[in-house]
Amino acid sequence: MNSKSRSLKFSEAIQEATALALRKDPSVYIMGLGVPDPKGLFGTTLGLEAEFGSHRVLDMPISENGMTGVAIGSAISGMRPILTHQRVEFALLSVEQIVNQAAKWFHMTAGKKNIPLVIRMIIGRGWGQGAQHSQSLESWFAHIPGLKVVMPATPYDAKGLLISAVEDNNPVIYIEHRWLHNTFGEVPEESYTTPIGKAHVVSEGSDLTIVAHSYMTIEALKAVKILINEGINCDVIDLRTIRPLDIETIISSVEKTKKLLVVDNGWMHFGVSAEIISIVSERLSTSLETNPKRIGIEDVPIPSTRALAKYVYPTPIRIAREVASILDQEIEIQDIDENIPTDQPDASFTGPF
Amino acid sequence: MNFMEKKTVFQKVKRDQCIYLIKLMVFMEVLQSWLTLFLLVLVLLYRIKLKKKKNIVIVFFGDGATEEGVFYESLNFAALHKVPIIFVCENNGFSVYSNLEVRQSSKRNNVTIAEGHGLNTLKGDGNDILEVYDLTKKAIELIKQGKGPVYMEFDTYRWLEHCGPDDDDYLGYRDEKEVKEWKKRCPLKNYQDFLIDEKLINQDEIQDMTSKLDKEIEEAVQFAKSSPFSKKELLFSTVYSN
Repeated sequence: MNSKSRSLKFSEAIQEATALALRKDPSVYIMGLGVPDPKGLFGTTLGLEAEFGSHRVLDMPISENGMTGVAIGSAISGMRPILTHQRVEFALLSVEQIVNQAAKWFHMTAGKKNIPLVIRMIIGRGWGQGAQHSQSLESWFAHIPGLKVVMPATPYDAKGLLISAVEDNNPVIYIEHRWLHNTFGEVPEESYTTPIGKAHVVSEGSDLTIVAHSYMTIEALKAVKILINEGINCDVIDLRTIRPLDIETIISSVEKTKKLLVVDNGWMHFGVSAEIISIVSERLSTSLETNPKRIGIEDVPIPSTRALAKYVYPTPIRIAREVASILDQEIEIQDIDENIPTDQPDASFTGPF
Repeated sequence: MNFMEKKTVFQKVKRDQCIYLIKLMVFMEVLQSWLTLFLLVLVLLYRIKLKKKKNIVIVFFGDGATEEGVFYESLNFAALHKVPIIFVCENNGFSVYSNLEVRQSSKRNNVTIAEGHGLNTLKGDGNDILEVYDLTKKAIELIKQGKGPVYMEFDTYRWLEHCGPDDDDYLGYRDEKEVKEWKKRCPLKNYQDFLIDEKLINQDEIQDMTSKLDKEIEEAVQFAKSSPFSKKELLFSTVYSN
């Protein structure tokens, strides 16, 4: 980081990236349910309408399918839209547009027409989000050639990846976790990019490689703190981009540690962790010292009640125990304090959802 | 439109425009394509000089498409933002083998649906070239006057199979009589007869155009057949744009 950098919230970093993109290029516009709202989509779009006008900062009818089509049509005619969804699930109504149109036009036109579209989606958690408002479906979109999928875990990358996504000439799915919105981090004032397709080694250690993404990167780092006290040091790789996957960074780390744990932000089956372990096994299976392992969301719909939701997500303690188990080491960790809220990222988070 | 008006219209329309239309018509007849109406309207609009530099968009679809949710979403958005768009529904009563009765209530009316969303509407006989021309002109005028988007519906019929160049009536999914009646309403033949009656074209000119178009089509087919297939590299270079 070169110039002036200051502590900013993840949501503010997204707002800043959007404002910079809108300022730099008149073909960029942002559209979504509640974008010009007084709450500014969890703070991520505050002030944009006032600066750029309602022809570039747009609300929309509750027609996700049609509006994604409108965004794609505008991209075909030279605009660079940012479309937002308050929940990943709202984008499900527009999967045909994303998969059949946005992802396919460049191929179908033999390279003549690209679709520079960014779609922001937010993963919900806690506060009764429940089965239909908390799914982490990055693997669905990552399955499709023609799409790119990014998931920042820090405010720095939230800004850098959004700027990169807008500048990318392809459809980019930008998935942000609601519990990251209020996290703080150092963010430079100026415009900068985080490269799409490049993971980040967040902490180093040679005992084991942990690969994580999105909110699970935060949980993995908390686990690492617990483990350091037990004399266990891990490489933690924050993926940042799901597709294209930075497999080389993962391979380098696993070649060193010879042990892998993937902490999946979503369901494990047919998901991100399945893909990573598959590729690592293809290339390194004979040099691994332990079977690659993964931990992720329980293979059930996510419940609304916090009484059950607490069983469903990986936690720093569960991650730490998993690492210890792989290393066949006894560690002493206190059990979860029943008084710590499990339905919020921390006590300061008072909503809304 | 009565006989006198038709004549007047034709006196206003330049002869070469008629011939252009006939060329297209004959071309279509040679191809035996039911896309005639589709392309004709497009061509007609293309030849109309727009006074404003702003573009108008025309989108064509069948009666089946009006059942999709995204159709309503599009109507709503177009009306909300007064998008300069003309929605053209070619209602041929079938979605592959499913006739209209199994897909839409008999009480349903696409024109009033479009009206209910806030659009201007026009409806006509899709096999009458002059009527299509006339209504399309009206639609464009409405947009140029800033009156908002237009929904147009044309009744028509499909002769051959939904996808492909063959006849599939041997499958017996529709009434033979119905097919015969509609074939009498062939837009190409009827328009040609009209132009001959009006002495705007003669048989020699038709023959001349037909042979020229035959040749053009044959050359195009040969060009396609003799062109090489794409190389394998194209597969991988057209997934992402750099």
